Amino acid sequence: MDIALIIESIQTLLGGVVLTLELTILSLLIGFVLSVPLAFMRASRSPWLSWPVLAYTYVFRGTPLLVQLFLIYYGLGQLAFVRESFLWLLFRDPFYCALLAFSLNSAAYTIEVFRGGIQSVPPGLVEAAQAIGLSPTKISLRIVFPLAFRTVLPSYANEVVGMIKASSLASTVTLLEITGLARKLVSETFAPYEVFIAAGAIYLGLTFLASRLFNLIELHLSGAPPDKARRPWLLKLRQAL
Amino acid sequence: MQTAIDIHSEDGRHGRGAATASLRAENVHKTLGTHPVLRGVSLAAYPHEVISVLGASGSGKSTLLRCLNLLEVPDSGEIWFRDEKLDIRPPIGQNGARIGDARQARRVRASLGMVFQSFNLWPHKTALENVTEGPVHVRGLTRRAATERAENYLRKVGLIERRDHYPRHLSGGQQQRVAIARALAMEPEVLLFDEPTSSLDPELTGEVLRTIRALAEEGRTMILVTHELSFAREVSSRVAFMQGGRIEEEGPPDEVLSRPASAGLRRFLDPAC
Ligand SMILES: Nc1ncnc2c1ncn2[C@@H]1O[C@H](COP(=O)(O)OP(=O)(O)OP(=O)(O)O)[C@@H](O)[C@H]1O
Ligand SMILES: [Mg+2]
Repeated sequence: MDIALIIESIQTLLGGVVLTLELTILSLLIGFVLSVPLAFMRASRSPWLSWPVLAYTYVFRGTPLLVQLFLIYYGLGQLAFVRESFLWLLFRDPFYCALLAFSLNSAAYTIEVFRGGIQSVPPGLVEAAQAIGLSPTKISLRIVFPLAFRTVLPSYANEVVGMIKASSLASTVTLLEITGLARKLVSETFAPYEVFIAAGAIYLGLTFLASRLFNLIELHLSGAPPDKARRPWLLKLRQAL
Repeated sequence: MQTAIDIHSEDGRHGRGAATASLRAENVHKTLGTHPVLRGVSLAAYPHEVISVLGASGSGKSTLLRCLNLLEVPDSGEIWFRDEKLDIRPPIGQNGARIGDARQARRVRASLGMVFQSFNLWPHKTALENVTEGPVHVRGLTRRAATERAENYLRKVGLIERRDHYPRHLSGGQQQRVAIARALAMEPEVLLFDEPTSSLDPELTGEVLRTIRALAEEGRTMILVTHELSFAREVSSRVAFMQGGRIEEEGPPDEVLSRPASAGLRRFLDPAC
């Protein structure tokens, strides 16, 4: 094993970190925004609301992300209405194909995570909110979701870490994120061992940072005593939730 | 204090001169599952009255209280808030009874403070945030005005120095007093208490009962479900005894509790006999 080559590879592959993070963070954000209303629909007692969402999560969790990515990347171009509309401006670019696949996939998993949290909120807390005359939307956004989110934070952290790793699939549609760069580097150096060790090390660093971040958030949300000084940015984050 | 004589007319006015009940249930029926929990209950709270509702476990006290603010929707019967009849849609087929006018329900609920047996404070909000939630997000007060109001009520229940504590850092008695402050901050017309001390250790009930007594002395209109007989006798203008989903007996506390007319109430007051 050539340590110097590993270090050199890491330096090259760091160039892909930005793209990896872009894909991951944007997918997670879009997935989050989609999943909040859909998780409430999924948790609803009305079958008219919950069944369509169940169908969606069932399909996206029951098929490989790679297959979803290929369907979008190779498949969308076959559809006339996509080719002939402004959508083609987006989806002829592999970045947006990957972003779409990752977002829809992440949303599907996140919906089920949040649904569990929503259903675990004690009914009495909702009744207390109803009893002061709070509107259903405000009850959902100010009482139920923040409590649900706290409950499922560890599972959501897993989803985030999973997304960082899954973003490596973007390399299959020509994107030069960490894994894509690694494959390119291998074809130039013929040293797959060193190059992929370097890639693995970078992913490990990223997932470590993500876990740490969620540990901090969890620690903070689970309530430091009131007198303990809070980091202002975490305080802002908490208020936002 | 006179007893309620139900000479009501269509506009929701009762006897007692022209006084309108603040809150009134009229012949309310409610079945939960297959169990008929309320079987024709009428109860009216007039301004400044404190009504205690007594009764054995399962007699329907909580269900009655929950019907009054539509947390439970009556299958039949009427709920009146002052001179306004609440819009209730009766059950159809498999679907249970439901609220007809959600806006009205919210507006009326905002004027009916509810205090629960299990406090139900929102654990992700501090004491202060629990109390400002309604003033800001229901009443539309500015945060500054709501904070000022919340601090007043926290001071009133003796917890101003705990304003930034989360519920889990408060004792049960303190949590219940924050819950009372939360209800008061809506400046409600009527306060509804469902066994506010039943989940407290005996040494903590005193502080909560003192708070409730102070509210009674201010002349607030209250309906109080309780098992604290001596407290009920002391603060109530009227007591109602429930049994099997009906109000079995109703009247001034001294009369009803000292000379119970029904066998059910006699047994309830003195299980030994
Ligand atoms: N969802 C339900 N399905 C069937 N029965 C129910 C349901 N909810 C409550 N009940 C029954 O309704 C009855 C009345 O309940 P309620 O809570 O009003 O009584 P309560 O007088 O408040 O009693 P307690 O003193 O124990 O609080 C009880 O016998 C209870 O078992
Ligand atoms: Mg009860």
